[in-house]
Amino acid sequence: MWERIREMMRKELRQALREPRMRVLLFLPPLVQLTLFGYAVNLDVERAPIAWMDGDGTPASRALRAAFEGSPHFRVVATPMREDEGRELLDRGRILMLVRVLPGFAERVQRGEMAAVQILIEGTNSNTASILMAYATRILRRYADEVMAERERRTLRALAIAREAPITVPELQVQTRVWFNPDLRSRNYFVPGVLVNIIAIVTLILTAMAIVRERELGTMEQLLVTPLRPVEFILGKTVPFALIGLVDVVLVTSAALLIFRVPFRGSALVLLLGAVLFVLTTLGMGVFLSTISRTQQQAMLASFFFFMPAFTLSGFAFPIRNMPVPVQYLTRANPVRYFLEIVRGVFLKGTGIEVLWPQMVALLIFGVAIFGLSVWRFRRRLE
Amino acid sequence: MWAIEVEDVVKRFGEFVAVDRISFRVRRGEIFGLLGPNGAGKSTTIRILCGLLAPTSGRARVDGLDVVTQAEQVKRRIGYMSQRFSLYEDLTVEENVELFSGLYGVPRERRRQRQQEVLEMAGLTAWRRRLVRALPGGWKQRLALGCALVHEPPILFLDEPTSGVDPIARRQFWDMIVRLSEAGRTILVTTHYMDEAAYCHRLALMDRGRIVALDAPAALARSLASVAFLHLESSDLWESLKVLEREASVERVTLFGAGVHLRVRDPERARERIQRALHARGITISRLDVVAPSMEDVFVAVIEGGERNER
Repeated sequence: MWERIREMMRKELRQALREPRMRVLLFLPPLVQLTLFGYAVNLDVERAPIAWMDGDGTPASRALRAAFEGSPHFRVVATPMREDEGRELLDRGRILMLVRVLPGFAERVQRGEMAAVQILIEGTNSNTASILMAYATRILRRYADEVMAERERRTLRALAIAREAPITVPELQVQTRVWFNPDLRSRNYFVPGVLVNIIAIVTLILTAMAIVRERELGTMEQLLVTPLRPVEFILGKTVPFALIGLVDVVLVTSAALLIFRVPFRGSALVLLLGAVLFVLTTLGMGVFLSTISRTQQQAMLASFFFFMPAFTLSGFAFPIRNMPVPVQYLTRANPVRYFLEIVRGVFLKGTGIEVLWPQMVALLIFGVAIFGLSVWRFRRRLE
Repeated sequence: MWAIEVEDVVKRFGEFVAVDRISFRVRRGEIFGLLGPNGAGKSTTIRILCGLLAPTSGRARVDGLDVVTQAEQVKRRIGYMSQRFSLYEDLTVEENVELFSGLYGVPRERRRQRQQEVLEMAGLTAWRRRLVRALPGGWKQRLALGCALVHEPPILFLDEPTSGVDPIARRQFWDMIVRLSEAGRTILVTTHYMDEAAYCHRLALMDRGRIVALDAPAALARSLASVAFLHLESSDLWESLKVLEREASVERVTLFGAGVHLRVRDPERARERIQRALHARGITISRLDVVAPSMEDVFVAVIEGGERNER
């Protein structure tokens, strides 16, 4: 039995690796994808161009501007004098945000009244807009806090002088610490996710196509008259692609660590175990798709139909928390989600099996179920 | 013991009856041919015997083993070559042989030697490192035969092994088959080439799922003793055809090579009448002889006979 499986695997690897074109296809796209997600896809907002309209022109308003300019997220590129100028800059996309300090700002601040700052944000890209808004709000709040603190200190000091007794000034400092991705770099978040995408595509599509090809070419029949059993056929067909997928994992992980300096806090072994369990599912799915496809094109399309929604609902780009509740439940039936959680857990949090075991068990259940179903369907189709 | 025994085998695909209660037995070392037009049920029969299809009813044994219940053992004892080339074109000659010797479980110590023997037999030793894709059709067939023989099966199933192969390659191929049979292997072969049928020891003529005649090729031809065949070649074949189709003494006209075959009852009388009729049209006869019936003649006669009996 092992003899025959080995023979099939050898043949499959030979076929997959023979053509230079195929070899490139197996290993280059993962790296290209990695590079794309590593460099190009970036949700962080840095040095966003903004316009500054100072209707007050006081030291207080200039201090506020300095606070914005001191932030790495903004740079002031224009100082329009009139409102319609500012609007035009927004329309033309020259700036992403317009900050307008209204006249009387300093005075009101001085008196401790409500002082107004108007912020107009280009909302076409809702994601960027909300990030900009958050940054701007943070700067404004810090500014306000400082003003408040300064005022209070002054009052207290005056009091202290009046009473001739020292008074300590209570201070409350909030310090935010972000765990697991302290730089809040979206690259750290995406690059590990690319792993999931790549393994799934390599194993799923290649398996489905390789099996359908045998049927298309008539070689399947020649194999079936040999003592090769269906299970042996399937193993011989899938294990090589699992190996190729795992090689891709190593490749992509190394590139992620070396080129993109993505943190890797967990254990490689846990990652590999997760990958093996996940591959069980994708290979099983590949076999299943091959049983419902007649041609290689159909197999290819079927793979995409399955994988696109699974990937979209995995939490790779769109947080599952933000999905409607019924969809959130649906994602529990999505193996891609569990593997993604494992990958991010291992990379960013350094979590081990003691935390990730439910995901592993879920993948194991999926894998065994899908593989079993596919083998069963495959045998039935042979009849 | 028989190499192959088929008893009342029926195969239905839905409403369609592909094989309709056929029975036959094949001796060891025999070349047994299944001859018939497309859709006669030849391939289905072979696929049942190889365990690729389960019969709807009836029983079949190969090398004494039931093809349904003992399919696993049957597979070790047979070689199969399908009508379309079904080896891996993106592997080399050698890699294909290696793959199948491994799948058939040829013992490790014998493997090298068997692979060489097979390559030699197929005459492909010099091309062992070539990709199969680059080989001409006839060579591919020889390689396919080699791969089907790598585990030295006593019984060989060939489903239209020479379709799409040029005449010289076909001859070479049949020479190999004959040698295999002489070495004691049993061969069941389907074909729709009538000339190939002559290589078979016995023939079963199939039509619409049934065996309509079964005998040695010569005996089948003899069974048509009441009729004779004339071979005619003339200056204007098309005109001759038209004339002879209306000629009462000729039962049937079929194109055969560069001439036509004429089925007649009384060859001498028919000959005179044909000469007279063609002369009248100004056609010169270059050849008009009594010949042994071709397998095609036999086949057509048997099928027509069968149809007449049905009515």
